[in-house]
Amino acid sequence: MDRSQAIRATNAIGLTKTEYGGSPSTLCKGCGHNSIANQIQQVAYDLALRPHEVLKLSGIGCSSKSPAYFLGMSHGFNSLHGRMPAVATGALLGNHHLRGIGVSGDGDTGSIGFGQFKHMVRRNVRMVYLVENNGVYGLTKGQFSVTADEGQELKYAGLNDFPAVDLCLEAIGAGCGFVARSFAGNAKQVRELLKAALAHRGTAFIDVISPCVAFNNEDSSRKSYAYGRDHEQAIQEIGWVPQQDEIVIEPTEPGEVRVVPLHDGSRLQLQHLEEDYDPTDRRSAVDRLLRAEASGEFLTGLLYYDPSRRGLAETLGLGARTLAAMPDARLRPPPEALADMLQRF
Amino acid sequence: MTLAPTEVPPEPPTPVFDPHVNDFSLVVATANGTGSQTANLTLMRSFFRMGVPVNGKNVFPSNIQGLPTWFHIRVSKDGYLGRKESDLLVAFNPATVDADLRALPAGGAAVVRDDLHPSVARDDITVYAVPVKRILEVSDAKGKVRDYLGNMAYVGALAWLLGVPLEVVEHALSVQFGGRRKLVDPNMLIVRAAHAWAVANLEKRDPFRVVPMDLTRDLLLMTGNEAGALGSVFGGVSVVAWYPITPSTSFVDALRDFLPQLRPPHDGERSYAIVQAEDELAAAGMVIGAGFAGARALTATSGPGISLMAEFTGLAYYAEVPAVIWDVQRVGPSTGMPTRTSQGDLAFTYTLGHGDTAHPVLLPSSIEECFEFGWRAFDLADELQTPVFVLSDLDLGMNTWMGERFAYPEGPLRRGKVLSAEDVEERGFARYADLDGDGIGWRTLPGNPHPRGAYFARGTGHNAAAVYSERSDDWVENMERLARKRETVRLTVPAPVVDRRPGARVGVIAFGTTRYALAEARDRMAARGQQVSSLRLKALPPSDAVRAFIEEHDVTVVLEMNHDAQLFGILAAACPDLAPRLRSIAYLDGVPFTAGFIDDRLQPFLAAEEA
Repeated sequence: MDRSQAIRATNAIGLTKTEYGGSPSTLCKGCGHNSIANQIQQVAYDLALRPHEVLKLSGIGCSSKSPAYFLGMSHGFNSLHGRMPAVATGALLGNHHLRGIGVSGDGDTGSIGFGQFKHMVRRNVRMVYLVENNGVYGLTKGQFSVTADEGQELKYAGLNDFPAVDLCLEAIGAGCGFVARSFAGNAKQVRELLKAALAHRGTAFIDVISPCVAFNNEDSSRKSYAYGRDHEQAIQEIGWVPQQDEIVIEPTEPGEVRVVPLHDGSRLQLQHLEEDYDPTDRRSAVDRLLRAEASGEFLTGLLYYDPSRRGLAETLGLGARTLAAMPDARLRPPPEALADMLQRF
Repeated sequence: MTLAPTEVPPEPPTPVFDPHVNDFSLVVATANGTGSQTANLTLMRSFFRMGVPVNGKNVFPSNIQGLPTWFHIRVSKDGYLGRKESDLLVAFNPATVDADLRALPAGGAAVVRDDLHPSVARDDITVYAVPVKRILEVSDAKGKVRDYLGNMAYVGALAWLLGVPLEVVEHALSVQFGGRRKLVDPNMLIVRAAHAWAVANLEKRDPFRVVPMDLTRDLLLMTGNEAGALGSVFGGVSVVAWYPITPSTSFVDALRDFLPQLRPPHDGERSYAIVQAEDELAAAGMVIGAGFAGARALTATSGPGISLMAEFTGLAYYAEVPAVIWDVQRVGPSTGMPTRTSQGDLAFTYTLGHGDTAHPVLLPSSIEECFEFGWRAFDLADELQTPVFVLSDLDLGMNTWMGERFAYPEGPLRRGKVLSAEDVEERGFARYADLDGDGIGWRTLPGNPHPRGAYFARGTGHNAAAVYSERSDDWVENMERLARKRETVRLTVPAPVVDRRPGARVGVIAFGTTRYALAEARDRMAARGQQVSSLRLKALPPSDAVRAFIEEHDVTVVLEMNHDAQLFGILAAACPDLAPRLRSIAYLDGVPFTAGFIDDRLQPFLAAEEA
């Protein structure tokens, strides 16, 4: 298919890939976030998502601008710094049939919104929560964020004296049932993880290392493209398999192949490159992340998966109708009900 | 089972002339956490049951157990519900018994637990010592329950002293306990024992009495928080996000009580969601998110929570998202006086946000208005597409008030300007375009399937089509539209209640619960030939009626329960040309105003006018 054919090609619901696009990006050329926005667009096209069934959410920061750059036909809310989780929780209670795609940054999630992030994960609001993690504050010109490595030096920010916060560990600690890490330079892995995350019925957290070309892309930085390309260590090869397709397992050395059933009937095929890694074992996931932290390994892949927890809407007893579309008769009891209740007083 | 108030035939009205009959104030002094609330509410409901107007005010500490607490019951044949200094005392707290006795006016009376041995001796008051331990001998209850039951000793003794029939007390207890005999009976046992002891041992030496009247038939006794919550249920509240804080917690408790009863699940599907948030930042964010999605969302909080909600409220004002925020005001900040009432959040809440924001603020003063604003706030929020505040206070929210049976909401739920996919197809869609000239655009809800039906909400600059913009002209145009919207808000919010007195040259503007002491003060003053008009604000921004009222009077006094004269400032800014006619009575000490206080404070303004 040549380029012009590709532009005209449509997916299962008759939309072109362009129709899943948004406004032109105003982020820096080469910013990892642009690549991620492109992958979201691609995945939405591939999965033939109906744009009106998607709700885009973000906080404040470079990453939080990016929902304007994909899915222009979907509603979105660019909220407050660190407060996307609260807005997402409310919006996805108001209409729990929407597929939430939230984009945040390391400052937005790990600093100002740390509490909200952990509490939203704890409630298990059904949405994809994607962090575009670059270790610095871009819009305010390069201060360290909490995910920057201890001892890192930057021209503007100086020396970082404090240990890095591992957002995946935090997500696991808060009870998240889908925790992944990826690299903006690994487009295929980002896409496969996104597809699986969209199928998950709770909060699906993806921490994507997404280099900041303006302030934190020195080769020595662990958040740079060069470091990512040289050190990325996928713990598994990931392939998302749609509901209707058959799984074809082609075992290759050295890892075992696992098939993880997802909530919507699709599956994730994980070919483990580390033989003893079990992404369904919380303790070993935490242990592996702690070891990676100590040794400086850059692990990517689906780090932890537990589909057993109910999503918030389910926990609260919401059903077929959304609260936003609840008919008036269900919202306002009749006059007799008021009269009866007042008898109690 | 609970007896409905109508099942006992009302007593015939009795004309009352004796100043000590059906006109006194009773204060019950106990320690916090000793279970006296049931006893106090039983007493109050007994007087109410006898057809006599009542109001109860709990003056309590921020404490779970041990600190002193005072429950005031006003009994008023004239229907005055404001606070009044007490004539009658129940002294059951060893820590305060001396001070409580000293505070009684000459001619007062006190029921004192007999083991307290106060060091204060007064021959100008009547003291009855009640042997609680002896009275409790009829009960086999143990431990904490036995201590709680001890409070029924003063209920029984007062029933005899004041002339309250025991069947009335029993009915009141039954209402308190939701008709559960297992709870009513052991309490009633003590009430009867104390009553019998009083009959045998006490000689009535004080003049205070309650006789039946017919002034409470068909009225309710309810707290403002319960009434507001009930109104919200009938307003179609569907998302509640909140963080516990006194004095608003009981608002959400009431929602959690009412919602499952009044809106039970259909086929297992609920019509509401309640989330206890991690803080008020998140509570406000959830409410804004839910409002954006089209749900009817509410949070209830108090001053410290309002501080945290400033950020989201400012965003919601500019993103134009409906939300309902109840602020049950208390004295703050931090530890402040968290269990005392206040009108101190007015100015901050009115303009909450980081600048160039103004919100509709509803100002309820009664349980009827709490109920009405409970449902109406949702209609206003949806129609005006903005956060609506309801400023109650601790006195209204947590205390028990009489009120008329609530009127069922008028008309259907008013959802404001929302476009369906068909509407978008026909008319197109630009979120912030002012098509109707009222400053309010048409919105779509997420999930609208029209390909041009979506928009990206944000607080930062946007043009009429909700597209990000940092252009000055877009910003100015948007602000000009929001100014038109503010005018729509001003014309839409509930109008004030004006009570003109013939020949009055002085007017008083007040809001909320100060109305009761003010009404009583004005009656007193009128009896002395001093005429004062009044205007009670039911909402901000102020309507044209406020301006007219100020113009009609030589002097208008703005009465409010805060230190900085916040409403005075708002009105002076709203009518700068009339500001020289405004005066202020702004005072806050944590307890509601009395008529005497207002009467005294108004005198200089009247004297100046007469001079």
